[in-house]
Amino acid sequence: MIADAPNVVLDARDIVKELGQGAGKVRALKGVSLQLNAGELTLLMGPSGSGKTTLLSILGCILTPTEGTLTIAQEPTAGLGPEGLAALRRRHIGFIFQSYNLFPTLTAEENVRLALDVRGERGSEATVCAQRALQQVGLRHKLKSYPANMSGGEQQRVAVARALAGSPSVMLADEPTAALDSENGVAVMQLLSEIAKDKSRAVLAVTHDPRTIPFANRILRIEDGLIVGEERRAEGVETVHELARNRKRKANA
Amino acid sequence: MTLTLAFRNLFHDRVRLAVTLVGILFSIVLVAVQLGLYLGARTMIISMIDRADGDLWIMAYGTKNFEEAQPISAREKYAALATPGVARAIPLVASFTDWRKPTGGSTLVVVIGAEYEDRGLAPWNVVEGDVSGLGARDAVMVDKTYLAELGLKGVGDTAQIGMSRVRVTGLTEGIRSFTVTPYIFTTLTRAKSLLDMPADNITYVLVKLQPGADPVAVRDMLKVKVPDSEVLTRAEFRERSLNHWLFATGAGVALIGGAILGLVVGTVIVAQTLYSSTKDHLNEFATLRALGSSSGYIHRVILAQAGLSAVLGYALGMAIALAIVYLSEHTALPILMTPALAALLLVLTIAMCAISAISAIGKVMRIDPAMVFNR
Ligand SMILES: Nc1ncnc2c1ncn2[C@@H]1O[C@H](COP(=O)(O)OP(=O)(O)OP(=O)(O)O)[C@@H](O)[C@H]1O
Ligand SMILES: [Mg+2]
Repeated sequence: MIADAPNVVLDARDIVKELGQGAGKVRALKGVSLQLNAGELTLLMGPSGSGKTTLLSILGCILTPTEGTLTIAQEPTAGLGPEGLAALRRRHIGFIFQSYNLFPTLTAEENVRLALDVRGERGSEATVCAQRALQQVGLRHKLKSYPANMSGGEQQRVAVARALAGSPSVMLADEPTAALDSENGVAVMQLLSEIAKDKSRAVLAVTHDPRTIPFANRILRIEDGLIVGEERRAEGVETVHELARNRKRKANA
Repeated sequence: MTLTLAFRNLFHDRVRLAVTLVGILFSIVLVAVQLGLYLGARTMIISMIDRADGDLWIMAYGTKNFEEAQPISAREKYAALATPGVARAIPLVASFTDWRKPTGGSTLVVVIGAEYEDRGLAPWNVVEGDVSGLGARDAVMVDKTYLAELGLKGVGDTAQIGMSRVRVTGLTEGIRSFTVTPYIFTTLTRAKSLLDMPADNITYVLVKLQPGADPVAVRDMLKVKVPDSEVLTRAEFRERSLNHWLFATGAGVALIGGAILGLVVGTVIVAQTLYSSTKDHLNEFATLRALGSSSGYIHRVILAQAGLSAVLGYALGMAIALAIVYLSEHTALPILMTPALAALLLVLTIAMCAISAISAIGKVMRIDPAMVFNR
C-alpha cells in the first residue's frame, strides 16, 4: 500500500434513485458518484429537496439505488436483500439522526448497549464498551439518565456514542446539529471531527448549517440530485478552535 | 435486551397494559370456568358408573344415561351368573321419584338402591353415619350439598317418598348429579318399595368379571343370554351418558363454545393492544432496523412483549379462576381445576398471545426504514 494514499471505505458510483410511483415519481438522485475516505469528516451541503437525505439513506444501505453501485469496506452491496443489508449496516454503518431517535424507555447506557445487543454483543463486555463510548462523548455521569431528562445536546451525544460503540467504518449523520443551539451544535461537530480522525473510519454529515463548515476536511455540494462541487479544507480543525475562542470572547465582551 | 425493551414498552403505557391484562384475564377466567364446568359436568355424569364396581352393565334397551333407565327383569341376574367369566352379578335400582320435604312441598330425586354388602354401588365420601346404617328401618343417605333442597337439617330428619317414611342416617359430601337432582341412597329392597316397583323388576345388573376375563368377549356372550336387555361395558356406558348429556342436549357444546368465544375475545383484545403499542413504537422499531437488527430480533421484541403479557395475564387470571373454583366447590355445579387444565390454560394463553403478535409483526415488517430520517 502506498503511504498516505486515501483509504476508501465507501465507494458509490453513478447512483440514481427514483422515489414515489406513477405520476408522483421523482428522480431524487440523478447519477451521484462519491468516495469517502477513512480519517475524514465530509460534509454534504445543499438546498432543501436536493436529495441529501436520499443519498444518505442509500449510502447507509437503508434504501437501495435504482441504478449504480455501492461498495462499503470492500463489500459490494448489489443483490443484497433486506436481511443482508441489515447485516451490512450492523457491521459497517453508524447512524446519527436529526431527532436523535433514542429509545425513550431506556437509559443512556441501555441505549448504547442495545446497539451492541443487536450485533450479538452482550454481557459485561458490552456494558464496559457502552460505558467507554459514553465516556468518549463526555457523558460518563449520565449513564443512568433517561433521554427525557437530558438536553438535546446530551441526547445527540448519546446517539453519537451509540453509533461509535459498534466501531463502524462509516458514520452517517443527517442534520446532526439542526435541532441544537450553537453551543451544543459545536460540541457535537467537535465530537464528529474527533471521531473522524480515526484512520479506520469515515464520517459524512448532511447539513444546512454554515457553522459546521470549519470542522470539515471536505465539503460536497449537491443540487437537484447531482454533486455540483467539492472543496477540500486542509487545516479544518485549527480553524474550529479559533472560532470557538472567538465566539467565547464575543460572548464575554 | 429484547426482554428489557419488551418489558419497558409494556410498562411504558400503563393504561394499555391494564387493557391487555384485563383482556387476557377475562379470557382465562371465562375459559377456566367453561372448561372447569365441563370437567365438573363430566365427573358428575360418570360418577355413578365409575364408582360402581362392575365391568359390564345389563340394562333396558335404549338407556341413555344412569338416571333415566326403564326396568328390566330381575332374572337377568341369573343369566349373567350362568355366563362364563362372570364373578358376581349385582342388582341395582335407580329411578326418579318425588321427595316430600318435612317442611312441605316436594322435589324430584333419584333413588338408588343396592345391597351394600354386595359391594356393588354404595355411597362414598361418607362424612356422617355409616353405610351399614342403611340396614336400619327407613334408612336413607343423602349428600350434604342437597340438604336444603331436600328440606333437611341433618342426620335423623325424616321425609316421605311415595307413601313411605324415610329417615336420614348418614351424609356424604360431594356426590352431586349433573341434573341437579339429589341422589337418595338406600337398600335394594327399600328402594323397590319406595318406588313401587314390582318384585321381579330391577334397573340394572352390575356384572363383575373374574380376573383376566375379557369384558368384550363376555359382553358378547351375555348379549345372547339376555336378548331382552342391552349389555354395555363400563366404557360404553360412560361414553353413552356423556354423549347424551354433553352433546345430545347441547350442554357440552355450549360450554366448549363459551370457552372458544373467550379465547377469540381475548385474542382480539390482545392483538389490538399489541398492535397499537407497536404502532406507537414504530419509530423505535425503524431505528432498530437502521441499527442493523435482523427481522428476527424485532420479532423477538414483539413476541417477548406478547409473552410477558401472557405470563402476567395468566397469573392474574388463574388467581381469579382459582377463587371462583374455590367458591363453587360446595355448590350444585362445581367447577373443576386440574393440573392438566391449568397447563392447558397456560398453553392457550401463550398461543393466544403469539397469534395476537402476528398483526403487530406484520405492521413492523411493512415499515419503511427510511422513516428514521426527518424528511
Ligand atoms: N418517499 C418519497 N416519494 C416521492 N418523493 C420523495 C420521497 N422522499 C423524498 N422525495 C423527494 O425527493 C427529493 C429529495 O428529497 P430529500 O429528502 O433527499 O431532500 P433533502 O436534500 O434531504 O431535503 P431537506 O434539506 O429538506 O431535508 C425531494 O424532491 C423530495 O420531495
Ligand atoms: Mg433531509
